[in-house]
This record gives sequence, structure tokens and C-alpha cells, in this order.
Amino acid sequence: MSSRRSRSSRQTGASMISEDQIDDLVLQLHRLLPELGNNNRRSGKVSASKVLQETCTYIRNLNKEVDDLSERLSQLLESTDSAQAALIRSLLM
Amino acid sequence: MASLVSDTEPPTYLNSTPTDLVRRKKRQSASSAAASSRRNNAASATAGDGDSHAPWRSEKQQRSYSANLIQALQQVRLSSYAAETPYPTAQKRGKAFREAADRALAVSARGRTLWSRAILFNRFKLKFRKQKRPRPAAIPAVITRGSSSSSSGRGTKKRRVTVVKLNKKSIPTVNRKVRVLGRLVPGCKKESVPVILEEATDYIQALEMQVRAMKSLAELLSGSGSGSGSGSGSGSAPPPI
Repeated sequence: MSSRRSRSSRQTGASMISEDQIDDLVLQLHRLLPELGNNNRRSGKVSASKVLQETCTYIRNLNKEVDDLSERLSQLLESTDSAQAALIRSLLM
Repeated sequence: MASLVSDTEPPTYLNSTPTDLVRRKKRQSASSAAASSRRNNAASATAGDGDSHAPWRSEKQQRSYSANLIQALQQVRLSSYAAETPYPTAQKRGKAFREAADRALAVSARGRTLWSRAILFNRFKLKFRKQKRPRPAAIPAVITRGSSSSSSGRGTKKRRVTVVKLNKKSIPTVNRKVRVLGRLVPGCKKESVPVILEEATDYIQALEMQVRAMKSLAELLSGSGSGSGSGSGSGSAPPPI
């Protein structure tokens, strides 16, 4: 796996990126995406641009979720008393 | 802290409520792992690249991340107390929080991915020039560059899905979208297409783990905070570990 990778990365240095390589990566990406009624998954054909579009949307959603969660968590942490802080600290040790 | 990131089996030394957190994480990770293991098994059965997705879902990674996260959060809290006596606005607090969480996430990545390095160096505003080193040897968590990150596997023999052939017309479209994606992933604005795709897969998994961890942490805090502070077994001094 790594040998193939190094061979293709040498090609990448010369900006000769094989389409197969891109296809593989896109497929991997597609596997990660949440399957929201993604019927194409079983039918055997996936459009690269669609996968990329969904990936961008998904990353934006995840980012937004993390932002919301972090805001909520920061509020929670601010409002907790020392008992909770001791609890959290105990998680560390 | 060292024991949290050790290789031991599910920790028995934690008392009740922290164990709930770990258990919840394990349940979540188990459920998500069950969902993803099907996909991973399809790939790993033949090509063994399921390992590439496993690191972000492994117990050890989660535990190390949660430990880093909590430490970072504590620091944020303390710094916000120390720096400004009137509480900073909620947005600033949330942002500082997010940055600390991202830092913890990036540290958990062990410096093997571009985006993690970009996060850490951007936060600390260091100037870092890319150096191509063949293999990361000892890893001081950030200062290594593996030019071949291990995430992408090329040999999925049994592929149920194929990508529609990229014809001449669609390549610019794909390129454009990949550029957009590169802007979303930190540190990948000027990378080549395969690099961006690889980084994106890793980044998505890391973000998912972050979301899971923060959700369980929020549940834990709000669950025991909404009840009386000393109820639910969390207020009393934790038994010695």
C-alpha cells in the first residue's frame, strides 16, 4: 500500500495524477459520508462532483455542530461549581 | 493521565460517573463502530485498509482525546478567569473553547496529518516550512511529516460502487469542488487534489469523534448539573483511584 502510494506520489510531484487514484479517494470519501437516502450506493455508480458537494456540506455541518457544542459546553463549564470541576478533574487521573 | 492513555482494557479504576462517561463513549463508539464496521469490514476483508479508518474510532484514541480535551477545557476556564474579570462574551468563550478542543484533537492526531499540524501551528502562530521527511521516526506529537499518510488504500478489490468516469468536461468542475473542500479543511488550501481528498477523509473522522466526545461531555455535565449538584453520586469526593 505504501509502495503504491510512494510511486503515485512521485507522479504527483510531476502533477501527473492518475484518475484511478482520484477515484479511489473519492470512493473512500463517499464511504464516510452519512447515507442520507443515498440510493446510489448500491447501484454502483457515484458521481464525483456529487460526493464532493456532499462532503463540503457535511464538513460544514460538523463544524457548525462542534461550534454549537463548544459554546454550550463552555457555558456549562462556567456555570458549574467546584464539585463538577473536581469530577472532571478526576477523569484525568 | 498516563493511565488513561495506556493500553489497558476498559478502566475499572474510575468511579461511577466518570465510568458512565467512558461507558457512554464506548456505547456510542460501539454503535457507531457497528454501523461503520460493516463498511469497514467490506473494505478490510479484502484490502486491510479498514485499519485506516479504525484509528479514529478506537477506544484508546477516544480516551486520549478526551483526556486532552478535558485538560484543554480546564485551561480555557482558568485562563478566562485569570485574564478578564468581567466574563468574556459568550461567543468569545465559545470560540476559545472550540480552539482548545481543536488543539486537543490535533494533538491526538499525532502529527501525521496536514490539518492537525496546520491547526497547531496556526494557533501558536509559528512559521513552519514544509519539509519532506521520509518517515516519522519518534513523534514529538507535531514536528514530523509523513509524506505518505496511511489513510488511503488503493486495493479494494471488491468494489460495489464505482465512480462515474471523469470526462474532459467534468474535470474542471471536480477541480473546483476540490478547491472548495480544500478551503474547508484547515491547512489544505494549496495542496494537490489527492492530498486534499486524503486530508478530508481523516478530518471528517476526527470531527465526528470530536462531536461524539463533546456530546457525551455535555450530557454528563448537564445531566449532573441540572439535578442537585451533590446528587447522582457526583458531588461526594471520588473514591481513591
